[in-house]
Amino acid sequence: MDWELLLAIFPQVVMDGLVLGFMYALIALGYTMVYGVLELINFAHSEIFMVGGFVGVEILLTMQATGWLDTFNPFVILIFIILMGMAVSGVLAVVVERVAYRPLRGAPRLIPLISAIGVSFFLQDLVRLGESLWRNAFYLTYPSFAAFNTRIEIAETIDFSVKSVIVVVASLAMLFALQFLVTRTKLGKAIRAVAEDQPTASLMGVNVNRIISLTFLIGGAMGGAAGVLFGVQYNTINPFTGFIPGIKAFTAAVLGGIGNIPGAMVGGLVLGLLEAFAASYLSLLTGGAFGAEYKDIFAFSILIVILIFRPRGLLGEVVRERT
Amino acid sequence: MTDVPSPSGPTTGAVDVAPGLQRWRSHPVLLNVLVAAALFGSAILVWVVPRSIIAFMAFQASLLVIYLLPLDVRTKLAWAAVALGVLMPMLGTHNGYYMEVAIQVGIFVALALGLNIVVGLAGLLDLGYVAFYAVGAYLWAIFGSPQAAKFLPIEGVFPLPAPWFFAFLILGLAVGAITGILLGLPVLRLRGDYLAIVTLGFGEVVRVLANNLDKPWNITNGPKGITPISRPPLFFEPALSALGIDAPPSVLYPLLFYFMVLGIAAVVIVINRRLEGSHVGRAWEAIREDEVAAQAMGVPLVRMKLLAFAIGASFAGVMGVIFSAKQLFISPESFTFLESIGVLAMVILGGMGSIPGAIIGASAVTILNLQVLKGLSLWLNELRNSGLTVLGYNLADLPSQFEPAKYERMIFGMILILMMIYRPAGIFPARRRKLETYHRGEEPAA
Repeated sequence: MDWELLLAIFPQVVMDGLVLGFMYALIALGYTMVYGVLELINFAHSEIFMVGGFVGVEILLTMQATGWLDTFNPFVILIFIILMGMAVSGVLAVVVERVAYRPLRGAPRLIPLISAIGVSFFLQDLVRLGESLWRNAFYLTYPSFAAFNTRIEIAETIDFSVKSVIVVVASLAMLFALQFLVTRTKLGKAIRAVAEDQPTASLMGVNVNRIISLTFLIGGAMGGAAGVLFGVQYNTINPFTGFIPGIKAFTAAVLGGIGNIPGAMVGGLVLGLLEAFAASYLSLLTGGAFGAEYKDIFAFSILIVILIFRPRGLLGEVVRERT
Repeated sequence: MTDVPSPSGPTTGAVDVAPGLQRWRSHPVLLNVLVAAALFGSAILVWVVPRSIIAFMAFQASLLVIYLLPLDVRTKLAWAAVALGVLMPMLGTHNGYYMEVAIQVGIFVALALGLNIVVGLAGLLDLGYVAFYAVGAYLWAIFGSPQAAKFLPIEGVFPLPAPWFFAFLILGLAVGAITGILLGLPVLRLRGDYLAIVTLGFGEVVRVLANNLDKPWNITNGPKGITPISRPPLFFEPALSALGIDAPPSVLYPLLFYFMVLGIAAVVIVINRRLEGSHVGRAWEAIREDEVAAQAMGVPLVRMKLLAFAIGASFAGVMGVIFSAKQLFISPESFTFLESIGVLAMVILGGMGSIPGAIIGASAVTILNLQVLKGLSLWLNELRNSGLTVLGYNLADLPSQFEPAKYERMIFGMILILMMIYRPAGIFPARRRKLETYHRGEEPAA
């Protein structure tokens, strides 16, 4: 076995894992917050993420067509598209809740879950229809920025691209902002109260419906930001992009303990790192027999193992069983 | 049958379905004439205009008429036998596409009934159901084609001779059931929505494996798929030629598959009916309603859930074997998440836990996909080619992206959302579930 190669790629693998992990963490927040207040797996969240990515690419392509792309500072543009992606995805998540989940509140658990699957499928084809009418194509490519593709050299063999650093920094900023919002503000206290006990929270004067909408807004906005960052990092996006990252992010949320916000971040990072290591080292360690294609299987196996041996996740508390 | 004794004589099975039609019950002759008119009328229509999709839909609707009218069960079965056993094969030989539709409907009826046991009766949401179908399909595809020789060091045995197909039907059943148990053992202790996500993951794992197991040993031939897959022998051909009927294989194979699928679907329906009323079926429904209470009443949770998984999976395994033999070619593309959701949409559309519901849901969704959406797409193309101008808009400019056949996801999605909001019990709700949803308002909040 080639130990030197193994060591040489190590920092790059860690960086890839961090990028992937922060992406998963951002998406996982949407799942975990909604699960916290409604005990619902918001299946449509992967499509909220995908829509964020499309908002980013649409703005960039429009700016490219008008020539504005070269006149503005790329970092200003990046912040602008992230904010727009957050806004559109957040509002979309609120609309989805209002139309497809709110009428079903109090129904048996499987009912809103199936409705969520319906929303997910609906949004995929809606975006596909819209994009193919508008651009005659639904596999879109992010315009590339020279400023983001340059590589920062840290040591002789180690260099990172600027965009992966951007992903990490932007995710960290958003995660801290969210943590502050939830733990230090009155609004955050209301969200935690609703997650804990809805009837009591409403007796204490919390407007439960408003808080649930707000949860969807925040979770959706995080998903939208992740969508834009995904596009910037991996360049291409299509209406079905959301499915696999969505499932992985849900795995991350379960890994960290679903309903638990720091847990989603930890779970995302752990899963991202594990996956990056699996992708790079599986084929090295098995002599090429099992390649990077098996990283998805690896992630799902982790999900199953965690659910069996530690169903409340790495950071989760014991949850009251509700049928 | 577990019918509630109805006050007015023999049970008909239609008691719940169409109460408005009950007053015609005392006119059986009239009803039979009506059925005969609908059935033969539409069949003749299809025969005369074989290319008209509307004619074929009239024929399908006449089958629904048989189900809805308040006739007694034996008469209904007799009519169904005439329609499916005699008329349908004749029409299908006349226009091969209709035979294909009928075979597909049969396959999906069996799949929907299998999933109905898991989701509808036992209340376990399985989002990776198509994985069991894939296991059955690959089982026959690998051994019924030269593929097996690529990783087994045996020469000249593969593809197995065609009669082995029938052994593989049984084998598909067993392997499907075993896969179901293997998946079920670790995950069935999970809560409902975790189970959903794990089964989804399992479905993806099976697809990824099928996609990548072309190395280090070439088992599935990867994304290229496996072909040619052997078909079952035309064992009835000598008998037919003895009777003086000589038909080419292109006619006989669809007939063989049609009757095979029809027979298996019938067996599956009977098994479902028997299970529904048995203590097993009631245990499943108890688990669905309240696991803790069911356990307290002495229902062995894990064993019952495993049984539901195994039975549901075994139906899918058998149908997978038939599917691969019918298609001659399979690849991982045929077993995507979309397929799992498609079968789920059938079960939900018809009514979770309801056997007639699953049958009608499967027929409706398959017909929607194969006939209605395709028909609309064709119609749209004709409109565009006609170059007509409507309100100053040239129809030739109509974008081809509007073709409805491309939007089955959107349609499934809308079906799922609207059904959950407006009619969560489905079109033909199970009797027990109907009672339940009727009184939902009075239930205490969970």
